[in-house]
Amino acid sequence: MRAAGILRAAIVATLLLSGSAMGPVASAAGPALDPPRSGPCVEDPKLMRRSHMEFLRHDRDDTVRRGIRPVKHSLAACVDCHANAKDGQVLGSEQHFCQGCHSYAAVKPDCFGCHASTARPATTASAGAAGSLR
Amino acid sequence: MNPVSKRRREFLGTAATIAGAMIAPGVFLYDYAHGKAPGEAASGKVRWGMLIDTTKCASGCRDCVDACNQENGLPGTTRPTDSQWIRKVDLKDLKTGKAISAPVMCQHCADPPCVDVCPTGASFKRADGIVLVDRHTCIGCRYCMMACPYKARSFVHEPTTGQKPDVPRGKGCVESCTLCVHKVDRGGTPSCVEACAAAGHHAIVFGDLNDPQSEISKRVRAVATTQLRADLRTDNGVRYQGI
Ligand code: SF4
Ligand code: SF4
Repeated sequence: MRAAGILRAAIVATLLLSGSAMGPVASAAGPALDPPRSGPCVEDPKLMRRSHMEFLRHDRDDTVRRGIRPVKHSLAACVDCHANAKDGQVLGSEQHFCQGCHSYAAVKPDCFGCHASTARPATTASAGAAGSLR
Repeated sequence: MNPVSKRRREFLGTAATIAGAMIAPGVFLYDYAHGKAPGEAASGKVRWGMLIDTTKCASGCRDCVDACNQENGLPGTTRPTDSQWIRKVDLKDLKTGKAISAPVMCQHCADPPCVDVCPTGASFKRADGIVLVDRHTCIGCRYCMMACPYKARSFVHEPTTGQKPDVPRGKGCVESCTLCVHKVDRGGTPSCVEACAAAGHHAIVFGDLNDPQSEISKRVRAVATTQLRADLRTDNGVRYQGI
């Protein structure tokens, strides 16, 4: 059920967001999201919109079960880059990166029941960006 | 063992030693004391452990407990349902009057009963001996809490806020001391050990029990140490001195 929900949401998100550039987009084409903090994403944004949950699922097992810390698809690194410049959050309003897109696509992300939705302090975060140390 | 297979074993042993020396003649590719580089998977060559010297642990001192709460984003409150990953336990021998105080946390058993009873595989032991809960798989049944002889595990009853980015934790999952795995994986030391040293007590030594050169191995060789409830034969990674 949940997998089907995620897939449907991913398709909806892909359809709605395709064509929108990275950065705030205040049009019918998609939600107006905070711009990312810096640099390109670890994958092509179109691929990320469709598959980020798959990437996260595979890399989380490497981290939790095997202790591999610098994984490419790390949720903490997502948050570091996509957190709002003012409050350091990815949740809170329709402009916040994760909440904005998820509510636009009508899917509830499970991650933040347990995971911090706040960016790490700059020193750890820069280490995180360099090697996605997570 | 017949003589041929004995000779063969001896030969294989020698060959392995020589190969090892040729690969790394006195040079280690990374900090051997910490067992692995961050990008490498945890390996069975390492067995992480702690030695707690109760003769150095001060009664009333809670520095290790506070450091653990701080590091792992635990509220640090002690209502009946609050999580505790480490607690100070005071014991007194009524006959002699000898009193000791020592921290008790997950003992990182080599044969962990919590893992045996977990129906989903969420409780697991990493290759390097650290026992963890995979919260992605935990269904909150709490069998592990019943099975653990050390009362080491807590259940999260309420929605959580203010989690540390490195230590996710949430309602409906069991949790316990992780040996600060997020720090150890990056070459660090558990926070309780650091706090104890910073306070000048140096009552906890952390290290690789499999490495004969590590401080913990040297100490375990030199002094009498005990595993709590050794009769249960869970082969704890945490050892105590002076009890
Ligand atoms: S002390 Fe308890 S929670 Fe820790 S490994 Fe042993 S049985 Fe499991
Ligand atoms: S090793 Fe870390 S998690 Fe375990 S008791 Fe010490 S501070 Fe707490």
